[in-house]
Amino acid sequence: MLRALALILALLAALPALAVQPDEVLDDPALEARARALSQELRCVVCRGENIDESNAGIARDIRLLLRERLKAGDSDQQVLDFMVERYGEYVLMRPTAKGANLLLWIAGPVMLLLALFLAFGYIRARSRASEREAAAALSPEEAKRLEELLGD
Amino acid sequence: MFVELGHFALILALAVALVQASIPLIGAQKGWRNWMAVAEPAASAQFLLLALSFAALTYAFVTSDFSLRLVVLNSHTAKPMLYKIAGTWGNHEGSMLLWVLILSAFGAAVAWFGRDLPAGLRARVLSVQAMIGAAFLGFIIFTSNPFLRVADPPFNGQGLNPLLQDPGLAFHPPFLYLGYVGLSMAYSFAVAALIEGRVDAAWARWVRPWTLAAWLFLTIGIALGSWWAYYELGWGGFWFWDPVENASFMPWLVATALLHSAIVVEKREVLKAWTILLAIIAFGFSLSGTFIVRSGVLTSVHAFATDPARGLYVLAIFAFFMGGALTLFAARAGAMEARGVFAPVSRESALLLNNILLAVAAFVVFVGTIWPLVAEMAFGRKLSVGAPFFNIAFPPFMIAIAILLPIGALLPWKRGQLGRVLYKLRGALALAIAFALLAYAVQTGRSNLGPIGLALGTWVLAGTATDLWQRTGRGAGIANRLKRFLRLPRADWGRGFAHGGLGIVIIGITGLLAWQIEDIRVAREGEPFIVGDYEITLDEVRKVQGPNYISTMATMTARRDGEVVAVLHPEKRVYPVEAMPTTEADIDNGIWRDLYLVIGDRQEGGGWAVRTYVKPFANWIWGGAILMALGGLLSLSDRRYRVAAGATRRRKRRIAANAAPAE
Repeated sequence: MLRALALILALLAALPALAVQPDEVLDDPALEARARALSQELRCVVCRGENIDESNAGIARDIRLLLRERLKAGDSDQQVLDFMVERYGEYVLMRPTAKGANLLLWIAGPVMLLLALFLAFGYIRARSRASEREAAAALSPEEAKRLEELLGD
Repeated sequence: MFVELGHFALILALAVALVQASIPLIGAQKGWRNWMAVAEPAASAQFLLLALSFAALTYAFVTSDFSLRLVVLNSHTAKPMLYKIAGTWGNHEGSMLLWVLILSAFGAAVAWFGRDLPAGLRARVLSVQAMIGAAFLGFIIFTSNPFLRVADPPFNGQGLNPLLQDPGLAFHPPFLYLGYVGLSMAYSFAVAALIEGRVDAAWARWVRPWTLAAWLFLTIGIALGSWWAYYELGWGGFWFWDPVENASFMPWLVATALLHSAIVVEKREVLKAWTILLAIIAFGFSLSGTFIVRSGVLTSVHAFATDPARGLYVLAIFAFFMGGALTLFAARAGAMEARGVFAPVSRESALLLNNILLAVAAFVVFVGTIWPLVAEMAFGRKLSVGAPFFNIAFPPFMIAIAILLPIGALLPWKRGQLGRVLYKLRGALALAIAFALLAYAVQTGRSNLGPIGLALGTWVLAGTATDLWQRTGRGAGIANRLKRFLRLPRADWGRGFAHGGLGIVIIGITGLLAWQIEDIRVAREGEPFIVGDYEITLDEVRKVQGPNYISTMATMTARRDGEVVAVLHPEKRVYPVEAMPTTEADIDNGIWRDLYLVIGDRQEGGGWAVRTYVKPFANWIWGGAILMALGGLLSLSDRRYRVAAGATRRRKRRIAANAAPAE
């Protein structure tokens, strides 16, 4: 029983810190807001897809503190991100850059949309032409001409 | 003993599935009725065998039978009963068994309730369904057998991940699976139609209820998962664009597209090939979703390396069902000519646009989800694609859908006039702009996300109301129209609820993101602090013993204008068996805002780390999702499907009557 209690106490003591801690928060609200925004862009490198703002891991706290130090030292947002990439690799960025092959990732959606719209445009035109053809087939030439006049086309 | 029976039943189910996959299909090709008739009893037998097998596994979990490897790894005697039961599917092997159980249940449902389907189509559908079943049963038996024993049973198990010990998450996987597997029905119908080379309005009418059911379960499943993340993970995020979430979201997007395109096939006999393709893709995403979640393939390429047998089998299943169906599609799609004709401005075009936006949105999510894998394998770059990417790439599609939805819903079939529709929507537009301006005036110095989202949500909501009201006809007098309004077909109400639900979700998400207030501080007991309109006091913190955890529980009081609004008990729990802590936020739920409190660590200089959030409109997200699911349910119960079923029955009887003398 006593051993179990000791174990539990040890566990309680070893609890990881909970995301952003009060002692991390910067006094300057503007700087802190920037730090929080940047935290969303940086990955906790040992976690499963969590950013450092949400993560409870120790390394996330280290990166959060480092990030705030850089900001206090007067770095711009981009400088901070570059610094982190140099230190932890491209993996640390939650928003991949558009450099090199990554360009594919960024343009895949828009290109697909344009392609789909183009195909759909062709399909819709074919379907509406089909209606004209069928209508024309069912009508005598004079009627068809009259219809075209009425439709104004 | 019972466990052994379950194991035998599982193996027997595989044998039955193999019979069901082959005999009825051959029968349908040759026109042999007695061979086709095998499908029905086989489907029933498969379902009963798997039900027995699943019951046996559940029994092993409930009785903590530690001679089963799976129970040792995932259960513990101290776990509450609910989580012992939920533990059955809280792991790879058990969840796969649940998957095939649901699959066979859907198959049995076709056998029992699908008597109105043409015999050939039914035999083929059940046969395709059994092929999927056989593939999964093989996967389970040969690579992920839940019934493996251990030589030396330990005295106790290793427990279940405490994050999963939660009512929201206990029922999240079954709902998702009901959705995934429901889409297998759409797939089976699509493949059967491709084999027959015929798709018509009747086919669409048979497929649609299954797709609707799958969609409604997926909606509930995703909402449950999101709600769980919101209250369990400790800071109130509701969506993370995690690969596992994306895996469930992609089938949902495609299923939504499929629902809409099936309407076009049913009403107008166009978009046939596209609808078939969507049905195949939807199930493809379901398959990958199922595997991704449990195999961890997407989180790292190395999941394959650690367990090559499973990885290869998964790839083989995926390649067989997608490759096979797509080959069949390529060969037969040409035979599905469109019948209906429509003008560029028409509901057909609007639904096509809806399909494009949903499908490309799913594509964007897909590319973002697999990109880390592609980049690592093809370019040797180790990178992440996280929420910031999706938050840029995805919302434009949803904004476009929200803008177009009310217009499309009001456009008539065949040919419409944009001006006339916009005129009908003038009230909705005015309301949306008014709300946006109001929000913009009230909020100071915050992002424009809030007003824009509010405008979009209002536009969709008011547009949906306009849509329903227009359905009552015109010139009949308000009283008459009101009467008709209440008597609108359930399909109309279903559409109204689903579309309205989307509007509410939009308001919820944007409101929460734009107007949330966050406060992180060290709180000393008895010293109040101010967050937004609330004055919050940390009254006390004490240790509490739970059934299988130890809790650090705070008592906090929130006051507004001196009056107590809520007394909340946020907790930090430690689960000794699993050696894992969890945070349990406590939330005061409200229609207009949630008050969300989290307790952290004791601080060195005294006091406790405390996080406070005021989350406006948070519950609108899940409320909207519930409305959407309710819309699906209403639509599913529309008499259109029952009447259609009756009509076929009558027709068949007539044909039988006519055919009798000739024989």
